[in-house]
Amino acid sequence: MNIVVLIKQVPDTTDVKIDPKTGTLIREGVPSIINPDDKHALEEGLRIRERFGGTVTVLSMGPPQAEDALMEARAMGADVTVLVSDRAFAGSDTLATSYALTRSVLTTGEWDIVLGGRQAIDGDTAQIGPQTAELLGVPQVTYCIEIDIADDQKRVTAKRALEDGYEVIETELPALFTVIKDINKPRYPSVRGIVNVCRDCDVQTWNAKDIGASKKMIGLDGSPTQVARTFAPEPKGEGLILEGPAEQTTKELVRHLRDKNVVRVR
Amino acid sequence: MIQQMVREFALNEIEPVVAEYEAEGRFPEEIIKGLGDLGILGMTVPKEYGGGGCDTVSYTVAVEEISRACASTGIAVSVNNSLACYPLLTFGTEEQKQEHLVPIANGTSLGAFGLTEPSAGSDAAMQQTIATADGDDYVINGVKHFITNATVAEVYIVFAMEDRTKGTRGITTFILRKGDPGFTFGTIEDKLGIRASIQAELVFENCRIPADRLLGVSGKGFKVAMMTLDVGRIGVASQALGIAQACLDRSVQFANEREQFGKPIGRQGAIQEMLANMATRVEASRMLVRYAGWCKDAGKPFSKEAAMAKLHASETAMWAATKAIQVHGGYGYIKDYPVERYFRDAKITEIYEGTSEIQRLVIALNVLAGK
Repeated sequence: MNIVVLIKQVPDTTDVKIDPKTGTLIREGVPSIINPDDKHALEEGLRIRERFGGTVTVLSMGPPQAEDALMEARAMGADVTVLVSDRAFAGSDTLATSYALTRSVLTTGEWDIVLGGRQAIDGDTAQIGPQTAELLGVPQVTYCIEIDIADDQKRVTAKRALEDGYEVIETELPALFTVIKDINKPRYPSVRGIVNVCRDCDVQTWNAKDIGASKKMIGLDGSPTQVARTFAPEPKGEGLILEGPAEQTTKELVRHLRDKNVVRVR
Repeated sequence: MIQQMVREFALNEIEPVVAEYEAEGRFPEEIIKGLGDLGILGMTVPKEYGGGGCDTVSYTVAVEEISRACASTGIAVSVNNSLACYPLLTFGTEEQKQEHLVPIANGTSLGAFGLTEPSAGSDAAMQQTIATADGDDYVINGVKHFITNATVAEVYIVFAMEDRTKGTRGITTFILRKGDPGFTFGTIEDKLGIRASIQAELVFENCRIPADRLLGVSGKGFKVAMMTLDVGRIGVASQALGIAQACLDRSVQFANEREQFGKPIGRQGAIQEMLANMATRVEASRMLVRYAGWCKDAGKPFSKEAAMAKLHASETAMWAATKAIQVHGGYGYIKDYPVERYFRDAKITEIYEGTSEIQRLVIALNVLAGK
């Protein structure tokens, strides 16, 4: 089975700092990691390979330093790693990125399944997976906590997490799945894997031409989204804790809710 | 990447459970198995013998990161790599390597090193354990004590006197396996620190082993021991460095969080002085540790460098642990905070694999010889 995993290199913090002047992320001094959800996608890909055989190809679109993330993927056990990198991609929004990733998936040749994380911790859009599936023209199952591929390597039963439960979806390969952290526990790269990567690393780099990307579809030209402003959300208030006997606190609670127009009492 | 991997493993798999293992004095079998699966237990052994094929510098990084979370796990890893794998790799025949090195390098089982005896500590030449050739076999009699990984190890590097009249040249190295007839375990020590680590007696009563268990050359055991301990010291130095770093980490965290006189104590000059000295000594230790590892990797002499690294890192660990408790005040003295454990764990690094006094002796002899 040919498994393609999409990963993104992100700053290692959920508390991303933003330059108030430029509105862009401050990346200096923040170590980079494989986006956590994507690591779970990679683990799922490695497990599928262990069960059915085949290859795991990891694709990442980003600047040259994203190669580090791909090396880690390699040390974890990926067979092929490709960095999709070109100055022409600069300024790509999620649509242009999805297009470039779609072209990259197609460039890998034969593929059966595409896996990715639900969303990246720096952008939090959760749009890349669904858009890529649409552009590839294959079914998508998002928020997966279980991906069960039948022995015929065609039918798939996937469990997706919802806010108040889960949904079981049946589909057929080829398809794209995005996963959340509950799906598995990613393995640590082994010493041997790391030593192999350090001695013999062959992260390939594909540019826009290599993946046959149309210039109009990538970079700023291919990005209908315009970022007006980026900001860290205001920290939530401290909240209010009511203490005392239930009768008293209930009355107080109702008063607060009424004051804030949450409920109206006739 | 090794550092990142080991650090994540230590944070996720060791840190949450370390207090429990230490309190119960239970060997962290699960953690050791996990480290074995990742290839850490034999990371310095070449791949053809089941190891990770890493250099010594990476090894110091790994032992530091592990010990930062758990010094007991750190010494188990160090002993296996340095004191068990290294002599087998360096002095073993191809058959011995396949039979005894591969299983302890690939993470299947552990190794141990039996040199110390009740009356042969710093004076390691005073070996009372006797090996007698008997036909095609050797018969071993005697007791080793304070042996790390004893009872949980499968492979034991054991030193015994073959010919007392020759002094240190009468000592020979043997490979013992758990279950060899006449090989049992005695007292398991109850210790101040590294309580999740096992130190116990090896008891040999007419223990009969085949002649192919002789490691290296008959009568060259003392040299094997000294060369192996040079490597071991790099491991213990890395362990001490990890403990010292943990002392600094916790002290910084506490100094930022704890408020007295209306501000975090980290804004008090007295605390700042302790933190600054701690950070500087830790970094100096790190440089010495990595340098000793680098010397070994580069094929240069490293006996003096390993002794310096061990001396400085272990004394830094003990000193930093004392200061870490001071920074924490009363909280540092109770078991709710880990610094009292660092204090108990740090002490042993000034003692085992050569006391600080022996390190100074090694360093002095080297400098006096113009090295």
